[in-house]
Amino acid sequence: MEYLLLQILNGVQLGLLMFLLAAGLTLTFGIMDLVNLAHGSLYMMGAYIAWTLIAWTDSFVMGALLTLPATFLLGVVVERVVARRLYARDHLDQVLATFGLILFFNELVRVIWGPAGKSIAVPKFLAHTIEIMPGAPYPAYRFAIILVGAAVALLLAWLVTRTRVGMLIRAGASNRRMIAALGVNIELLFSLVFGLGAVFAALAGLMAAPLTSVKIGMGDDILILTFVIIVIGGIGSIKGAFVAAMLVGQIDIIGRAFLPDMLKTFLSPSAAASAAPSISQVLVYVLMAGVLIWRPTGLFGQKN
Amino acid sequence: MAVFLASLRTPRGLLTALVLVLLAVLPLLTQAFDQRYLLSIGTRIVIWAIAAVSLNMILGYGGLVSFGHAVFFGVGGYAVGILSANGLHSGWLQWPVGILAAAAWAALVGALSLRTRGVYFIMITLAFAQLVYYVGAGLEAYGADDGLNISRSRFPDVIDLRDKASFYWLCFVLLCGTLWFCQRFATSRFGFVLRGAKSNDLRMTALGFPVFHYRLAAFTISGAFGGLAGILLANEGAYISPAMMSWIKSGDLIIIVVLGGMGTLFGPLYGAIAFFALEEFLPPLLDLGGKDWGEYWQIVFGPMLILIALYARGGIDSLLGRTQAHHNG
Repeated sequence: MEYLLLQILNGVQLGLLMFLLAAGLTLTFGIMDLVNLAHGSLYMMGAYIAWTLIAWTDSFVMGALLTLPATFLLGVVVERVVARRLYARDHLDQVLATFGLILFFNELVRVIWGPAGKSIAVPKFLAHTIEIMPGAPYPAYRFAIILVGAAVALLLAWLVTRTRVGMLIRAGASNRRMIAALGVNIELLFSLVFGLGAVFAALAGLMAAPLTSVKIGMGDDILILTFVIIVIGGIGSIKGAFVAAMLVGQIDIIGRAFLPDMLKTFLSPSAAASAAPSISQVLVYVLMAGVLIWRPTGLFGQKN
Repeated sequence: MAVFLASLRTPRGLLTALVLVLLAVLPLLTQAFDQRYLLSIGTRIVIWAIAAVSLNMILGYGGLVSFGHAVFFGVGGYAVGILSANGLHSGWLQWPVGILAAAAWAALVGALSLRTRGVYFIMITLAFAQLVYYVGAGLEAYGADDGLNISRSRFPDVIDLRDKASFYWLCFVLLCGTLWFCQRFATSRFGFVLRGAKSNDLRMTALGFPVFHYRLAAFTISGAFGGLAGILLANEGAYISPAMMSWIKSGDLIIIVVLGGMGTLFGPLYGAIAFFALEEFLPPLLDLGGKDWGEYWQIVFGPMLILIALYARGGIDSLLGRTQAHHNG
């Protein structure tokens, strides 16, 4: 019972990290109509920049806080130099150019930080476990990720539904030509949204770093999963991204945690151990295919 | 014949003829100059060109951005690998099974994904490819993540695939066959319906063409040729692994098609040559600029892709002037 609860929490934690990535991606998709494959690179850059700044300030929190404005700037630069030229292009051009960005960033990281991976230590004040329930210790750091992720999700919900900028973002997502015609400085709005997306991606990257490792290409696989999430949720829908991220988080974790035991009943232990992560990944893609067949524009997508 | 000779007078025809002749005699050249390594690059170029031509059938002529084409490398390759690991070495069995498996998978994926449009289509083709990728990565019996060394397909008394030159020539002949098929395909009524649907599928539907069925047929044919390329790829290295169908490879295939020129017959071949030439020769070229710069060649290649996407949509093919169809028109 405790084990199940802990795994569900792990799923929530993964889901919130994925939501941070998906929120930025679904906004750039929905508002600028941009297929941005380089979003995973911003996740990676966030982790690497955080590694440097944490080493420099000798404090996890300070380093993390400094990373956010740094990646906002990076996002704005990428938007101004490359992304902006792609909005009016067709999806194929966007795929190609942002694929080029991935190669560029992966190589840039190799030039600056070297080919070996880096690791960020769990901050000392979170390097213990807390008892969320009697007899069920849970790592404080993972719990902190859940808190930060939930706080950012609420902040984003507030930003999008309650503020003027959010109103413009929603207006842009439903009809970007119209709000440009109404005299909104759409270029500024695009830069802002792209920068914001970069900050969320970087935050996900730096929070995930102590749990995994900081390495070249770390954003490539998670990028695909993020795309799956925003497609399941419906492109442009923050609510959809949240629901889909939670679903995918649970499927992934539950699959990894419980499939090996179930598979062991009819497979050898080693075959079960190697098949289980694959099957949980496959389940995610099956979910996506199922959703798209049922609703070709995702759970919360607009019907055209 | 007269048309062929006339085409040699244009720069495009001359260059194409030159490239094909060079490719045809490549094993003799590499042997004469003792550059065996170049033959292995040549083999990979030819195999990837087959895959790129097959992707071009749906991407270039059909306008369908399939972001999971490398999955057919995997389906074809694993068909050979799994049969071979189970003691069935005959190519007469392996190759038809591989091609049929790829066509069947393409038909299934096409039937589901062609219902979606635009970005959703890109993503669902990618998702189906990832699905197969993870199945491959989970097959403990066939090497899981690490892949599996296999023995090459056997065609007793016909051809020995272990001989590098024979294998190259087989690949080259299959490439010529694929190009021939693609030429017939593109200029047939079927091809024109597909191209019509690319520019305006509503109009084609209004004209009474079942666009969905045409696209599904094209997707299936394209998958079958992709599977053939996968079979060849598995035989080239005598090795299969999930890495041969990673989404990066699908991206590489799109790059090759766009680099060479979408919707042109020989574009994918030019693209494959240019892609592998860049991969081989950009590093030493950068090394001239400074020590070890070559190691970081992708830092140049990445921005090159961005520039190509932004400013050079016609690809290499468009550098050779307009096509004959335009001259006539």
